[in-house]
This record gives sequence, structure tokens and C-alpha cells, in this order.
Amino acid sequence: MSVTHQAAAEESLKSGSSFLKSEAGQGWLTISPPFLYALLLLVGPLTVIIANSFWSQDYLTIDHTFTLKNYQAALTEPIYRDLLFRSLYISIMVSVVTVVLAFPVAYFVSFHGGRYKGLWLFIITVPFWSGYLLRILSWKVILGYKGVLNGSLLSLGIISEPMTWLLYSTSAVIITLAHSWAAFAILPIFVSLEKIDRTLLEAAADLGDSWARRFLRITVPLALPGITAALLIVLIPTVGDYVTPKLVGGKDGVMIANAIQVQFGKASNWPLGAALAVSTMIIVCMMAGLIVALLYGLKRILK
Amino acid sequence: MKLRAGSTSSLKFYVFVYVAILYIPVLLIPVFSFNNSATPKLPLVGFTIKWYEGLAGNGAMQTAAWNSLIVGICAAFLSTVLGICAARALTRYKFRGKTVASAVIMAPLIMPEIIIAISLLVVMLGIGMELSLLTVILGHLLICVPYSITVLIAGFEGFDPSMEEASRDLGESSWGTLRRVTLPMLAPSIISSLLVSFTISLDEFILAFFLSGTEPTLPVYIWGQLRFAAKLPNVLALGSILILASLVLLTFAELARRRAEKNSHSGGQFQ
Amino acid sequence: MNQSQLENPEISNLAMISISNVQKRFGTYIALDNVNVDIREGEFFSLLGPSGCGKTTLLRMIGGFDEPNAGSITIAKEPMGGIPPNLRPTNMVFQSYAIFPHLNVSENVAYGLKRLKLGKAEEGSRVQKALEQVRLTGLGARMGNQLSGGQRQRVALARALVMQPKVLLLDEPLSALDKKLREEMQVELRHLQRQIGITFILVTHDQYEALAMSDRIAVMFGGRIAQIAEPQNIYQRPVSRQVADFLGGMNFLEATGMHAHDGRFQATVEGFGKIRGLVTAQGQDLTSASSKEKLILGIRPERLRILWDGEKADRVVSGTVIDRHYMGEVTNLVVRIDGQKDPISIIETNDFGAEDIPVNSQVRFTFDDDAFIAMSA
Repeated sequence: MSVTHQAAAEESLKSGSSFLKSEAGQGWLTISPPFLYALLLLVGPLTVIIANSFWSQDYLTIDHTFTLKNYQAALTEPIYRDLLFRSLYISIMVSVVTVVLAFPVAYFVSFHGGRYKGLWLFIITVPFWSGYLLRILSWKVILGYKGVLNGSLLSLGIISEPMTWLLYSTSAVIITLAHSWAAFAILPIFVSLEKIDRTLLEAAADLGDSWARRFLRITVPLALPGITAALLIVLIPTVGDYVTPKLVGGKDGVMIANAIQVQFGKASNWPLGAALAVSTMIIVCMMAGLIVALLYGLKRILK
Repeated sequence: MKLRAGSTSSLKFYVFVYVAILYIPVLLIPVFSFNNSATPKLPLVGFTIKWYEGLAGNGAMQTAAWNSLIVGICAAFLSTVLGICAARALTRYKFRGKTVASAVIMAPLIMPEIIIAISLLVVMLGIGMELSLLTVILGHLLICVPYSITVLIAGFEGFDPSMEEASRDLGESSWGTLRRVTLPMLAPSIISSLLVSFTISLDEFILAFFLSGTEPTLPVYIWGQLRFAAKLPNVLALGSILILASLVLLTFAELARRRAEKNSHSGGQFQ
Repeated sequence: MNQSQLENPEISNLAMISISNVQKRFGTYIALDNVNVDIREGEFFSLLGPSGCGKTTLLRMIGGFDEPNAGSITIAKEPMGGIPPNLRPTNMVFQSYAIFPHLNVSENVAYGLKRLKLGKAEEGSRVQKALEQVRLTGLGARMGNQLSGGQRQRVALARALVMQPKVLLLDEPLSALDKKLREEMQVELRHLQRQIGITFILVTHDQYEALAMSDRIAVMFGGRIAQIAEPQNIYQRPVSRQVADFLGGMNFLEATGMHAHDGRFQATVEGFGKIRGLVTAQGQDLTSASSKEKLILGIRPERLRILWDGEKADRVVSGTVIDRHYMGEVTNLVVRIDGQKDPISIIETNDFGAEDIPVNSQVRFTFDDDAFIAMSA
């Protein structure tokens, strides 16, 4: 039918007035308020930021002549380069850790959740919706030198002196972010597991596959879209996280978002901040593309 | 296909540990908020409600709470209205460019918030807009709409289009159909969308931090208090109240969502 | 008076609905191609065809849910162009029934009456009457989403009938029901239509349903009406092979030496000898032509009858049973006849005293005059 609808849309476009009465016209008319809003407040501002990244700033005035020197600074100055790499490293670690830890949970809910699937999903998503700032704060309390974790381990006699590397480190940032984004990783994996026709697994069993082989040859390949989505849905936003590195990252955990914020705050160099933001987006998107390619390569091998 | 019994129980054990770790950081906040100590650490020394009492006369906090409420209500309402438009268009009509339109609308869901925040900041300052609650609402709307859409699409999908046709067929006008059939049937999804987007707005920090100017919302206020170590117990008390509020709102949202699901399922089934 | 009027005296000669030169395109796809039909007052009219033939599109246009790209539809002499569904004298029973799940049965039935502001008593009594009509009395308080398929169908019917439409439109109303309930509802719908006396238009892809219920049937293929006729005529005198095939089993046999005159023909069929039959093809030279070329004739499997041993008949054909399909009340025998490329099928009734005819047995069978028909290809 899509061909005929497309043709209908084209034809209606030609005849103008009847376009609004056609299905395509009705569709565009209905979606236009949220679409225009997103164009105006997301696409528009992003374009402005991209434009800004090619300008330069002289005290308080913006020089609108085209320049690449912000990108030169963003990509070559050691401080920014290191921050970019560290942010990328952290967000890749976070997305891999989150997805690996989340997969069994999604699997459990989908295959063994029974009547309580909805309740399980609710329980898993609730922490995600509540107290973003406070959860990070809580990790600070848990991971601190005199914090909950060190305190408990000391009193249990497992360690003899507090672990100092827990807080204000890259690992603190990774732990906190992995916790924050857990629900986001579970949902897409769960959805793709739900879509797997259970008779496929029965057929594989009938054809002689053991549980492990069925899992590797059927479940994982069919859940791959969900796994990919989960990786990206965690990777892309975490690369720009601002609060977690600020609260639990210390000197070693600073990420690119903190540098961007400085350029739009204290340092007040918008073009440089814009270039940092755009570079981050481009690099993380390239990374995302690489992950997708890798996973689909893997899928071929699994077959 | 089920696992063997032994593997199932170890999987179950893993899931329970996972969920416990998910909740421990959230639950620690109320635990320490009742602890009679100025620093949050173990062992607990005694029960107190003084950190809560300390919040009572705090004018700055109350202003922030009021700001959060205004922002939350506006964002929830507008996000639901825009969400209804999008969800309806996405479920009812086939048209060229639908994927592009929905990708643009849903993009804030996975964009790093800092990038949304700075681009809005640059544009708003650029066109001479004063940073205020309005700018926060505009920002929150951007990130709430995708969630509203997700909730509402479920409602629309379970909604047989011939319901509206039946209403028209029985003599009702388009407006009457909206009032007597469409809205009542979507009511649970709409309520769910309102609650979810309110909760997101209430909890949102980064956009509010960049866009609120001199009118802080609660998370921005909390952020400011974190500089003072002595204020930490009060922050934990305030945080506990916020978490409780979110929990209650989300539970209601979930109940509404289930109601919507039940409605649409039995409505679309034969026998 | 024509045949359907003899059977159902409620039908008048007045056209309740006139559809003339209606065309509907979805982009380049032509859903309806120059459709012309008059549907009479008080008639039970069916639109029959495979999915995608345009029958539902046509029904939705009568109801006002779609507008034709060309041509016109008039209902009770009023042109309907641009008139929305809520202002048309038609009501629809939807395929999914579209029972409002947030309202109970009475509220569902009263939905359309609310706008008429009849007053509580009048409204209540009309709802009661409608529920009685569809035998749902006492279920008024049940919620829309707590009903069985059969009940939902009845509510949909009551909800439409309570509006006292001039025309009731039924979009595959029985397709969601199981076989037994479907057969019950066929009888009930037929009775209801006779009792109320308004025009019913039924869309269906089930030929038995159409044959059992309708005064007249329009068979549609690819956006065109292939034939409009009473059930017997459409079954026994299909104008084309496509119509014949859609309405039930048909044996197609090659014939030579065709002589046709005044709607009848003579021809020779290998194995059958010289036979006579009816020309049903329309608007073709077949009606009064002679041809040396090979032609395809049709005969329904149940018009062939196996002869008992020693039974005599005017026309006897012999063949070999090569397969048999037992189907309960009847058995379908697949018989090969010398001189015929394809085997033919014969329907034998398993009635009192019927004997099993095993595969590989030799059989003789007979057929009557006019059983053969000459259709257009």
C-alpha cells in the first residue's frame, strides 16, 4: 500500500488545495505542532551552535568571519583532546557495562516475567525517573573515603584501610553513570526479546540445538537490534553528562561537558564551546556507527 | 523456551541483586535524612526529624518548590497536547517524511542534554530573551514531548479508528466525537502522560541549570546547597520528599497506563 | 415483478440508492472503476468479492467515510456529494463492531439518540425496543469491553437500528464469529431485515453468506461490478468464468461446434456427446453465433448425477474415479473421462441408501438440459 500512498501524496501535492484533505496532508497537519516546535527549539538552536563554532570571539563581540581555529583548538590542544578521549572512553565503558549487566535482567523479565512483566518493568524504571541529582549525590556518599562502602567493608574486616580510588575517579563516574542508565538499557533489549517468536526457539530445540546454541544462534541475533539500540541510547547521552563528573569524578573524572560548560560560563568563549560540543557530537556519532557495524559483523559470524 | 531449573534460580538471584543495587542509592537518601548526624555515614546514630523541620521556614526552598510546580504543570500540559498531535499523526496517517518528522521530535531523548542546553541558551540570549521560568518550560517541553509520545502512542494504537467513524455515523460532529469518544477513551493515557512529563520536569537539572536565570527550580536549588557541607542533611531531607513525590506520581501514571492497556485490549478483541 | 420481489414483497421498484459512474483512485491505484448500481428500497443487497475488489470502499462511500473522485451517489433522491456521515440517512455496523469500551450497552445504543434530545422516557423506550429487537434485553448495564463477539455484534446492530436509518450498512459483520454463530446470525439478520423493511447493504467475501441472505448480489472484481443478480441466477447463470469460480465449484470443459441462438446453444463436448445449454455471457457475439473454434463451457459438480447399476438415462457419460474427498453430507468424486484433458468433479449426496464409490471404480453419470452454460472468459 505504501506505494499507492506515496503516489497519492505526490498527486495531492500537485493539486494543492486538496492536499490538506488527503491522508498525507492530514498527517502533516496533525504532526506539525510538535514538529515545528522541535524545528524551532532543537534544529534551529543546533544550527546556530554549528554556525557559532565557525566564528570567533574577541572579548564580548563575535567575529562572524569563517574560521576553523576553534576546531583546531578543540582537537589539538591536549586538554580538550584528552577530555574528549576520556569522555568517549567513559561513555563506551558505561554503555558496554550497562548493556552486559542489563541483558540477563531483560531476558529474565521477557522469558520468566509471566504475568508480572509490567510490574517488573515498572520496578526497574522507577529509580531512573526519580532524583537524578540525588542519586549521584548518593553515590558520592557511598563511594567516599569515609563512605558507606568503605565503612561497611572496614567493619566487616574485608579491607584494613579505606580504598581511596573509589571516589573522585574515572571508575566512580563509570559506576554512577551505569547505575543511572540501567533502565534505559533494559527497555530496548526487553522489547526486542519480546518480539522473538517463541516457536522459533522450539523449532531450534526440535532440530537438536542445546539451550546454549539456541541462545547464541537465535536469541542473541534476534535481540541484536535491541542490544544495538541500548548501546547507543546509553552511549550518546552519557558522553555529554555534566553532573556526574562534577560530583563524583574529581580531577581524573572531568569530562568534556564540564569544559563546554566553562566556555559558556566563566570563560565565556561561545565559539570554542560550540566547537567542542559539535566535535563531541560528531565523534560520538562516528563511534555509534562503528558499534553498529561491529555488531552486524558479529551477527554474521553467529549465523 | 525456559532454562533448566538451576539456571533459572541463579538468574533470578542475579536479577534480585541487580534490582537491589538499583534501589540502594535511592533508599540511602531517606535513610540518612532521618539520621541524627551532620554527615551521612554508617553506622546510623539515631532517629531525628530535625532535618525536615529545618526545611519548614526556608523561604528560598519554598520559592524553588513553587517554581518547580509551575514549570512542571506547564510542561506536563503542553507536552501532552503536543504529544497527542504527534501520537495521533504517527498512528493514524501514512505520509511521506513521517520517519524524519518523528526522528526530529524524538531526538531530544538521546541527545546529550548539555548540547540541548547550550544551544537553547545561545539562541535565547541571542534573541534577547530574559532567562526565566518560561525559558525552563520551553526547554523542558523539548525533552518531555518524546516521553509523552511514547506513553500516548500505546493509547492510540489500542484505539480502533472505526470508533470515531462509528460516532460520526451515529450523527455526532467532529468536535462531539473528540469530546464523547476520543478523549474519554484516551483519558488513561493522557493522565499517564501528564504525570510522567510532570515527574521528568520536576527531576530535570541540566536544562534548568542553564536556563533558569535567577529563578531556580528545586534541583537547581539543591545543586546550590551542595556547596555547603553543613546543609547536606537538609538537602537529603528535601531529596527524600522529592523522591517520594516522584514515586507516588509514577505509581499513578503506571496505574493509568495499565488501565489504558486493559481498555484497548479488551476493546479490540473478539470474544 | 421480478424474482426477488416475488420472494420479498417489501421491495419496491424505487431506487433507494443510486450509484452512477462512481470512480475512486488512491494515487494511481484504481479502487473503483466506473461503478453503476441502483439499490432498491427494502432490499437486502450484498456486495460480494475477494479482498481488494473495492466492495468495502463502495460501502464506505455510501456511508460518507470516503468521497468518490468522479460520479455521484444519491440516497432517497438526495445527492450525497460532500455530505458527512453524521448527516446521512445511513448507519453502519463496522467489521470490528466499534463498541465504545468506556460506555455500557445501553449507553452505546443511546449514543446517537443523545444528540436528538428526545427526552429521557422516549430515549429509554427506544433503547429498550432496539435491545429487544436484537435479543439483548437485560444486558443494558454490561460494559462495552465485557461482551462476547456475538453480543458485540448485536449491540452494534441495535446501536445502528435505533437511529431508524433508511439504509443499514454492514461491513463483513459476521466474519469475526465462529461458524455456528455465523449461521445463526445469517438467519437472524435476514429476519430482522424483513421485519424492519429497510434497505440492508452487506459487504462480504463469503459467497454462501451472500447467497443465503440476499435479495440481490453484486459480484465485484478489481473495482468493477461483474454481475448483479438474484442468488439463484448468479449461481446458476454466472456471466463469466471468474464469477462462476468465485461462487463455487465449476467444471470447465472444452466444446466444439457451437451453435447459439436466442440465449440457448448446442455444442459437442468430448465424452458427453451433443449437449444443449444456456448462454449467460453478455454483450458478446456468443449470444447468436456459430463457431468452429474450441470454446470453454461450464457445469456445476452437483448438476452431474452418478447412475446406479442398471439405471437408465437419456444421456450417459462414463469415466473412472481417480480420487474422492469425503466431506460429511456430500462426497466430491474426481472423475476422468476419455477425451477430456482434465478430470471433472462430481458432488454426490451421502443421503439414505447412498453407497461408497471407491477409487478406480468405473462410473456412469448423467446430467440434465440447461446444466451447461456458456460464459464469457
